[in-house]
Order: sequence, then structure tokens, then C-alpha cells
Amino acid sequence: MDLDSGTSSTVGARVQAIPGRPAQHGALYQFKQQNLPACKPVLTPATVIATFLLMGFIFIPLGLITLRASNSVVEIVDRYDIECIPEELRSNKLLYITDDSISKNCSRFLKVPKSMRAPIYIYYQLDNYYQNHRRYVKSRNDKQLLHGLGDNSTSSCIPLESSGDLPIVPCGLIAWSVFNDTFKFSSGSSELKVNRKNIAWKSDRNHKFGKDVYPFNFQNGPLIGGGKLDPNTPLSDQEDLIVWMRTAALPSFRKLYGRIEEDLDADDVIVVQLMNNYNAYSFGGKKKLVLSTSSWLGGKNDFFGVASLFIGTFCMLISIVFLLLHVKNPRPYGDAMYTSWNKKSSSS
Amino acid sequence: MVDGQFQGKKWKDVKVGEIVKIAANETIPCDIVLLSTSDPTGVAYVQTTNLDGESNLKTRYAKQETQAKVPEKERFIGLIKCEKPNRNIYGFQGNMEVDGKRLSLGSSNIVLRGCELKNTNWAVGVAVYCGHETKAMLNNSGAPSKRSQLETHMNLEIIMLSVFLVALCSVTSVCAAIWLKSHKNELDLMPYYRKLDFSEGEMESYQYYGWGLEILFTFLKSVIVFQVMIPISLYISMELVRVGQAYFMIRDSRMYDAATNSRFQCRALNINEDLGQIKYVFSDKTGTLTENKMEFQCASIWGVDYSSTEASLEHGHQAECSAQVDGKVLKPKMKVKVNQKLLQLSKNSFRNVEGKQIYDFFLALAACNTIVPLVVDTSDPTVKLIDYQGESPDEQALAYAAAAYGFMLIERTSGHIVIDIHGKRQRFNVLGLHEFDSDRKRMSVILGYTDNSVKLFVKGADTSMLSVIDKSLNAEILRATETHLHSYSSLGLRTLVIGMWDLSVSEFDQWHFAFEAASTALLGRAALLRKVASNVENNLCILGATAIEDKLQKGVPESIESLRTAGIKVWVLTGDKQETAISIGYSSKLLTNSMTQIIINSNNRESCRRHLQNALVKSRQPLAASAVPNNFEGFSDAIGTPIALIIDGTSLVYILDSELEEELFELASRCSVVLCCRVAPLQKAGIVALVKKRTADMTLAIGDGANDVSMIQMADVGVGISGQEGRQAVMASDFAMGQFRFLVPLLFIHGHWNYQRLGYMIIYNFYRNAIIVLVLFWYVLFTAYTVTTAINEWSSMLYSIIYTAFPTIVVGILDKDLSKRILLKYPQLYGAGQRREAYNKKLFWVTMADTFWQSIVVFFVPLFAYWGSTVDISSIGDLWTLSVVILVNLHLAMDIIRWNWVIHAVIWGSIVATVICVMIIDAIPTFSGYWAIFNTAATGLFWLCLLGILIAALLPRFAVKYIYQYYYPSDIQISREAEKFANQRVIGGNRQIEMYPIPDGPPR
Repeated sequence: MDLDSGTSSTVGARVQAIPGRPAQHGALYQFKQQNLPACKPVLTPATVIATFLLMGFIFIPLGLITLRASNSVVEIVDRYDIECIPEELRSNKLLYITDDSISKNCSRFLKVPKSMRAPIYIYYQLDNYYQNHRRYVKSRNDKQLLHGLGDNSTSSCIPLESSGDLPIVPCGLIAWSVFNDTFKFSSGSSELKVNRKNIAWKSDRNHKFGKDVYPFNFQNGPLIGGGKLDPNTPLSDQEDLIVWMRTAALPSFRKLYGRIEEDLDADDVIVVQLMNNYNAYSFGGKKKLVLSTSSWLGGKNDFFGVASLFIGTFCMLISIVFLLLHVKNPRPYGDAMYTSWNKKSSSS
Repeated sequence: MVDGQFQGKKWKDVKVGEIVKIAANETIPCDIVLLSTSDPTGVAYVQTTNLDGESNLKTRYAKQETQAKVPEKERFIGLIKCEKPNRNIYGFQGNMEVDGKRLSLGSSNIVLRGCELKNTNWAVGVAVYCGHETKAMLNNSGAPSKRSQLETHMNLEIIMLSVFLVALCSVTSVCAAIWLKSHKNELDLMPYYRKLDFSEGEMESYQYYGWGLEILFTFLKSVIVFQVMIPISLYISMELVRVGQAYFMIRDSRMYDAATNSRFQCRALNINEDLGQIKYVFSDKTGTLTENKMEFQCASIWGVDYSSTEASLEHGHQAECSAQVDGKVLKPKMKVKVNQKLLQLSKNSFRNVEGKQIYDFFLALAACNTIVPLVVDTSDPTVKLIDYQGESPDEQALAYAAAAYGFMLIERTSGHIVIDIHGKRQRFNVLGLHEFDSDRKRMSVILGYTDNSVKLFVKGADTSMLSVIDKSLNAEILRATETHLHSYSSLGLRTLVIGMWDLSVSEFDQWHFAFEAASTALLGRAALLRKVASNVENNLCILGATAIEDKLQKGVPESIESLRTAGIKVWVLTGDKQETAISIGYSSKLLTNSMTQIIINSNNRESCRRHLQNALVKSRQPLAASAVPNNFEGFSDAIGTPIALIIDGTSLVYILDSELEEELFELASRCSVVLCCRVAPLQKAGIVALVKKRTADMTLAIGDGANDVSMIQMADVGVGISGQEGRQAVMASDFAMGQFRFLVPLLFIHGHWNYQRLGYMIIYNFYRNAIIVLVLFWYVLFTAYTVTTAINEWSSMLYSIIYTAFPTIVVGILDKDLSKRILLKYPQLYGAGQRREAYNKKLFWVTMADTFWQSIVVFFVPLFAYWGSTVDISSIGDLWTLSVVILVNLHLAMDIIRWNWVIHAVIWGSIVATVICVMIIDAIPTFSGYWAIFNTAATGLFWLCLLGILIAALLPRFAVKYIYQYYYPSDIQISREAEKFANQRVIGGNRQIEMYPIPDGPPR
């Protein structure tokens, strides 16, 4: 944002030396007299037009580059929450999901539109799910996650701070509602290997979730919210939980499930065997499975590219308009004829 | 004093009626009536610096009757009756009964708390007022608190913001209600809501209080989250900024008075910015426009004019006058130019009539005053200086003049004076002294000669004196004197007339009786004394007249000129008479020959009304002729024939507080100059109030004396001149300085800067708080209206404390829109403040619209860029935090006019500090946002978003700013460009506006 570099000039302070009062030229004196050397940027037509042009030259290529990156990403999105319910139960989704006796197995067939280069990221996406709800966000205990039961104040976790007089580890609504659909992938006859390691932030695994904190008394209440945790695995290795506990910012979000570390060719058909356990029906949430490659920009998102193209064009236009205005109707800079007092006296 | 012994006691334990003994250099603990002092004549010298700031010694007298008594040795009983405690530190009335005799007590017998005893070994007195009843404490109320206009306007805008805040909260809670209603059936089991709590075995609602209460809670929560909207921190930053501005004002060498070694003083901290919006200046004359260093210039004795101006100085010779006392040489401290001829005449005459008159004339000058001569040591042990201490500078000037002509006042006690007349010491008994009062406008002294003849010497203002002088006597001389008086006052000199009379024995006895009776009276003593005085001051024989030059202060005409150019109306309110006021008006360039003068002198209401109406008609004519719409911009006056209104105090008596006020105001607002003469202190305040009530324009009153206090307190800004007439004006003022001409840098430089800076700062602070609130608000719309904040609590708390606070404060103190040189060169630039260009409703709304746009950009760019991605709440929160902080600082950076290293440091420093703070907050493992910033900052999208936000948010502002500056340039903008490009090319058009060049650095 160097708006005025073209005209900036350092103008030394002009101070009248007052005779008979020596030792007044020190930096401190200049400071007290508010005469510090300073540069005074002034907007001139040349700098302004150049700035806008420059912005245009930066943002139009930037937009093109990001659009290109976004287009290079191959993404398969499959909404399965409705499709996985047997036809006869679709009118009563809640019964389907709450009845343990109904099998939750489901198979999906995904066609690969373009060849996808490894690593292919597997996300599950939830829509209309307010992980940023105030009640939800607060219902966790970060100390407990790190130190385990040593820290007993779990009051922030209610209503899931304890069950049957025993504290819950990890406590709180967030952990309680951990996502528990599972996916298995196969292409043709061979099963695709899914790497489920390192899906959470390294910083979380190493420093935020305790290495010797084990799930305790988890999901033992009358109401089961989501997945269960292996009580013999420390929290720092429960990566699904760690990913889930990074609460999403927006009501439509993705969470990383794993990576497929082989390339997929165009027109391959991937078979997904999934367990549709998670209850998103009770509040009208949507569940989607996403397979996506990645670019330097992240996932597929055209917004930024379009926006910067827009900004760039706009800047270009403005600079042209300003140029025309300036050519047609220039105003000499610093001309005292334009001051109000001179205008007034000349008009009368 | 307890049981006949003096004991040490704490101040708080002193009670009324106790006898108190004070040693030299001690401070008086309560108001005491003097009984006796170490001086055999009962004189005590006190310094009243704590009370009125005057450092000269004042004399207080113990009564002769009590002086002889020694309380340790003999017991005596007395009764003191005095007035109720009041705050008049210059008046006291009471009497004391001792041994059956009734003695009168006046203000010369009382020593007030806070004074220090000097040159006197001890003093004994009776406590009459103690503690909070002392006059010093009663005067402690302080000036009425003033509020700056900017702040008053700002409060309106803050109310607007509060309404906006309530609106935001209402929107949130209404939306929350709708959401709850539409999801009513899902709430029980919703994983992110879970209304039901099963943990206790039975099902009950957990933290759910029903529909109504939930809405209320949402509302309250949103009030807590959005309350930053009301910029509480703004008030604190404003105070800090004002302190900084005050520091620079105090340090400014342009406003340093080397003569009195006094800096500018900032006594009020909350109206700095009002200095930039002044439209009316009310100025006292004496001591403000003029130096109040009186110089004896001319004398007219017995009808002959002796003027010292043409005389001695060109000979390089000043009267060396000295007196021998005890082998030591006494010299007056100040030297006076003398007229050689008169000096010769005064030296070797006592024989002829003319010499006699001269003798009496100078004797009157030396005797007829309340001066106390103080002998001051010099480095030469044989030479001592006589310093004349007195309350009136006129008297001092006259006493020094008399001394220069060989009539040196050496000693004064309450009973006698000693005057050295050409080496001969003569002692006169002071039989009576009628002090100066503003009704009589004269004072007199009755001297008893050694040969028992008694003479009355009177001096006073010409009007009051000419009425009591016997006109049948020496009519010719009287006429000649009157001619001289007229010519003196047309030169702008202050004139006094001296008269005398030989009192016969019977006249003296008659007077003596009346005087004794009057001076012991308890009630109405002042009036009685006045009556006695006017009875005896009659049928006088004229001696002559004196003329004292009241020198204009340095740079006054130039200052007034530039104040007028800046569109400030200068009104002069003076107690002087009309001729003097007009002549000072001319010499200070307030009045010019091209002006039409309207003079209003009337003695009753009807003629006042007539005069006013005539004047109004007259004032309308030139305006109507010039066909310029009557705008109140101050320029209209300059176009038609400028009108000067001269009005005197007697007319004002009929005008103020009556329906004529309206007409006077209308008339005055059409005049470019208003001179009010012969006005009483309270009338000064009345005139200020007249203007203040009827316009929203800011008024400034400047004065130096106690008579200006009411005016200074009444005006929006009161400026005190720390001059000769004591410090009451300074005590009452908001700003104090040494010279009138400092008003120009004060208003044009500091006032202008302060106003521009604070105006901008307020707008900017509104913006900076509103933008974060709006960003928080937009997010609430995406969290099911539950007031979740993505921006970490710590960050939102630190936002207005660390992230963005310092730049605005530093810019508020240091930024300068124009250089001092330009501001002084074009006083018209001051009009920006008068027109309220830096802070007004339009600017507020434009800025709010800009804020709205910027907040939308800040919020929605990341929202869309991260929609449906894996981003977590802390990461996007950090992005929002950083982008808001950087944006807000860049916004400020865009408006900074002068970049010096401090500003660079603070702007970039606060961005760096923010980044560091965010990093520290994210490095705490037990916060849910642990390491978020490091993880997101590793992605390209984060940086692209940041860049996109900053550019897109600032683009409209930048474009609009440029268009506005380029096509609708303000005066400030043009001058700024001129300042910058002046070095590069010679501007031809510049020459014609240099009509009012002002010396850049006033030479000193």
C-alpha cells in the first residue's frame, strides 16, 4: 500500500533560529516545537492513477491465477444422508436413525470425472450444522483434554460433565456429538487404502490433547450423541475427535476424514461402503462425502478468483475515468486562486 | 495562646477568638486581625502570592491602640464585631472595642490565611475567620467547568451510536427468537443445542429458560458483545491527547514571554479544540492590548505643557536622582525620562509662583498615593534602590516620576510620610486618606505640614476632577489644562488631573469629625467615607495634569489585523473613557479611517432605543447596496463599508437585560468592530453572554485584571494575560499567556491543529469501534443468532486497548495538517474551524457509510472464500482480527498528513504488536484456538484474503478522497499542496494573497 511513494519527500523542518537562545536545535527541542522532519504525502493525479493501474495489474493476474488453481482441483461431492435411507423409511428418518436394529450400511457409487492425483482428500461435509453455536462452542474443557481428570472443574461442560456421578473424559457437547459415519473405498475389485493418520493438526496432537489422557465414562449416558471412543487410546491419538473438536467457523463445513494415496483415473467408479450412523436428521442437517484433490490454494473455490478479477477491472476502470477527468478538467495544484477567500473576493 | 502563654498548635485546631502569634516567613493559618507587630508603628508586611499571585509586599497595620499592649504581660479584654464570612479578599469591615474605645477595622488590618509574613519579626493577631470560613477557602470554588463544543456535538453522535447499538441487539434477539421458534421441536435433541439434560436421571431443560427469557438473554449478551460501539475509550484517549497537546502548547517557544519569563499555561484541559473555532474575541484593553507599564510622559502644570518625549533622551541622559540617608545613597529603582527644563525649574524654584506650583504638583504626585517604598539592597553597599510597591501602576509611574524630579518618597507609615525634596528630608503627617474608588474616580490625601498648615491634595480622572474644581479660580489655566488634556488623550495617553486646597482650621476640624465618625461606623462605612470625601474634595485649585503613556504591547496591531483577516470579530471592552478607547483603537489598527463609526452614548432608555434603530438603518444600507447576501461568514463585513460600533457603559446599562439586547446584537453582528468603553466588570460578562446566548459561535475573552474575571469565566474560552494587574484573571482563565500577540499562534497554530486533530480523532474512533462491532454482528448472523464471537475474547478486549489505541492518540497529538508558517501566513485558514469542517454530521454519516462497506468487505471476503471448507472458528477469527486491525491502522495511515518517525513507529508498531499478541494468545494450549494463527498463516488463501480485504475495503475511500480533494478542494488542501510544491515552482497567483504578511517568528 505504498500510495504516495512517487511524491513523498522529506522536508526538513524550517525553524527560525531565534537569536540569543542557543542550544535549541537539538532533537528534543525540535520535538517540543513540533518540528520533527516529516514527509507529507499529497495525492496527485499521477500517483492516484498510477496506484489504481497498479492495483489493476496486480489483481487481474492474481484472479486468473487463483481461478486456474481452483479449476485444477477435481472435486466429487455426494450427498448421501437421504439416499442411504431405505425407501420405505424416508418418511420417518428419525425412526431410521434411532432404531439400532436397522442396518446403517449403505453403498454409494462415485464416478471420477477427471483423473485425480494423489493425495486425494476425503472430507465429510455437514450443512446447516451450527458448530459455532454459542452453547456448543462453550461446552468443552480444554484443560481436561490436556491434563485429564487432574483438573476437576468440568462445569463448563454441562450437560455432559458427568454421568452417573463419574466425570466424563472428554466432557462436553462437542466431544459427545463426535461424528461417527465411516467410509470404505474400493475401486473395481481392489480396496483403496485410506490413510487416516495425520488428519489433525500436528500442534493439536502434540500439545493440546494429552498423551496420557484416556477416554473415561464416555457415551455412557442415556442419550448417545455420536461416536464412541476407544478407552485404551490416548486422546492425542484419537484424530477424529481432534478434528471434530476444532469447531467449524461456519454452519456449512468440511472435516478431513483421511487421504487416498493413489491416483484415480477418469471414469473410474469408486464404491463407497459407509455406515450411516450420525444423526443429522433430527435438525435437518445435510451430510455429504467429498473427495477432492488440492492445489496451493486449498480446495475448490472460485470466489477469490472472481472477486479479484472484479477488483482488478474496477481499478483499471477507475484509473481510466480519473485519467479522462484529469485531462478534461485539470486543476493546478496548490493554486491559491481556488481558496475560498480568493473565490469570494473575485466573485463580488 | 492559652493561659497567657503561646503554644504550638495545629492549623486545624485554631479557633475563632484565639490570639495567634506568627513569626517571620511563616504562613498565616487563619484570617487574623492584627493586634501588634514587631514594628513599633504596627506595620506588618505580607506577601499574598497564594491569594492573588502578586509578589509585591503589602502592608497591613495593627491599630495604634493595641500595638502598645503585650498580651503575654497584661490581660485585656476586647470585642471584635465583623461581617459574616464572605469571599471578598479585598474587603473587610469590623470594629473592635478595647478599653471602652471603639476602633474601626478595615481591610488593612486583617491578614488572610495563606499569606506569608515578611520583613516583620513577629505579629500577633486575633483569629476572626477559621478553616472553611477563611476568605482564601471561600474563594476556592474554582472556575465553572466548561465543555468543549466538539465534545457536546460528539455526545449527540454517541447517542446516535447508542440507538444503533440497541438496533443491532434488537435485530439479533428478534432473529434469535425466530430461529428458536422455527426449530422449536428440534431443540431437545439437536447435538449443538441439547435442550434436555438426562444426567440427573430425570429429564429437564438445561440452561433453557423459556422463549421470552432466552430472547432477553440474547439481547443482554449482544449488548455485552457489541458495547464497544460506544467508544468509552474515546474519552480517555481524548484526555490523553489533550494532555499531549497542552504539553506542546506550553513548550512552544513562540508563546514564551522572555520579558516576564513566563510560559504559556494551560489551565483547563478540556477545551483545547475550542481554540480552533473562535468567532468572537472579547479583549480587555489595559494590560491586554497595552502593556500596562505606565510611563510618565507629559505634565501640564499651571497651564504650561511640559512634555518629556522631546526632551532628555536624545541627550542620552537620564535623570540621576538620589538621596543621602545615613551615609547611604538611595535611588529609585526605575528610571524615568525627564524634561530638562522642568527639572531645572523644579530644582531651583521655590521663590516665584510658578515654582511654588511645580513644588505642589510634585508633592502631590509623591504624596497622594498608596505607594509603599521598599528599600532594596544592591551589590554596592552604599547604594540602595527604592522600589515603589503599590497596587496601581499609574501611581507607581507617578511616584517614580516625582522621584525623578527630586521628590522622592522615602518612607510611609499610617501616620506620616517622609519625602526627600532635593536632598532635604521633609516629614508630613498624613491626617487623612481617601482611597480611590470607582464612583468618585479620584483619591485625596490630607497632609499636615510641619508648620501646622493643612493641605488637601486630590488626583483623579479628568471628568470627576473638573466637576469639583473651582471654575472661577484661574479660569485661564483651567482652559489651558483642558486643552492639554484633550491633546494628551487623543495621543492615547491616560490623563489624571491634580488639584489642591489649603484647608482652614475650621474646615479641617469639620472634616476630621466627620471622618472619625465615618471610619468607625460598622454599617455603610464605605458610603459614609465616600460622602465625607466628596464633601471635602470640593472647590479645588487646579495644579495641573499628568499624562501617562499606556504602551501598546508588541505586535498588537498586527495580531488584530490577522485576527480580523481570519474572520474573527474583535470586540474591545474597556473601562477607559471613550476618547482613550478610540485612540487606542486607531493605534492598534482596530479602527481605520475607512470605517463608518456609529457612536451610542445615551443617558436613558428611550434615546438608546432611538440610537440603536437609527444605527440599524444605517448599517443595513451599505449591505443592501452591495447586493451581497447577508451571510454570517464574517466576510460580508469586509465587502461593504465596514462599520465600527462604539458604545459606552451608561448606554449598556439600559440595553443589557432588556428587550434592546436583540437590537444591539443585530447591530453588533453587522459591525466589524465593536468598542465598548466605560464598562463595568459585570457588563463585560453581560456583553459576552449577549453574544454567547444568540449564536452557536465560540467566544473567547482575554484580559488581565480582576475586572476581567467575570468575562473570562463567561466566555467559552477564557484567556488570562499574566501581566501587572495581579493574577486573578489568570486564576480564572482556561489559558494564560504573557502577551496579547501570542493569541495569534495560539489560535491559528495550536487552535487550528487541536481542532483538526480532535475532530478527526473522534470520527476515526467512531469508525474504529463501529467496524469491529459490525464484523462481530455479521458473524452472529451465521451462528444461529447466538452471539458467538469468532474473534477471541482477549483480542476483542485488547482491540481498543493495544491494537488500535496508540496510533490514534499519537496522531491526535502529533499530526499537523499544515505547517506553522502557512497557518500564520494565511489567517483565513482558521475559517475551517469556524465552519466546523473537521467534524460535522455529514462527515459522521459519510464515515459511517464507509465503515459499513469496510466491515462488509472484512467479513464477507473470508466468509465466501472459506465457505464449506475445513476452516475452524479460531483461524477465521484470527484472520478477521488481523485484517480489522491492519485495515483500521491503514485507514488512519491514509489520512495522516505528516509522517514523522514517531508516527511511523506507532502505526507499524501497533500492527506488529497485534500480530505478536495474536501469536501469544494462540500459543496457549488451553485456549481452544491453540496454534490457529500458525496453521492458517501457512496457507496461501490466508494471505490472499488479507490482501484482498485491505485493498477492496480501502478502494472506495481512496477514490472518494481523491475526487473530493481534487475537485472540491478545501482551503487546507490547497495550502497543503502549495506548501509542498512551493519549492518546486514559483506560484504567480500567490502574490496577491500575501496581503497580510505576518512575521513568521515574532522577534524577541
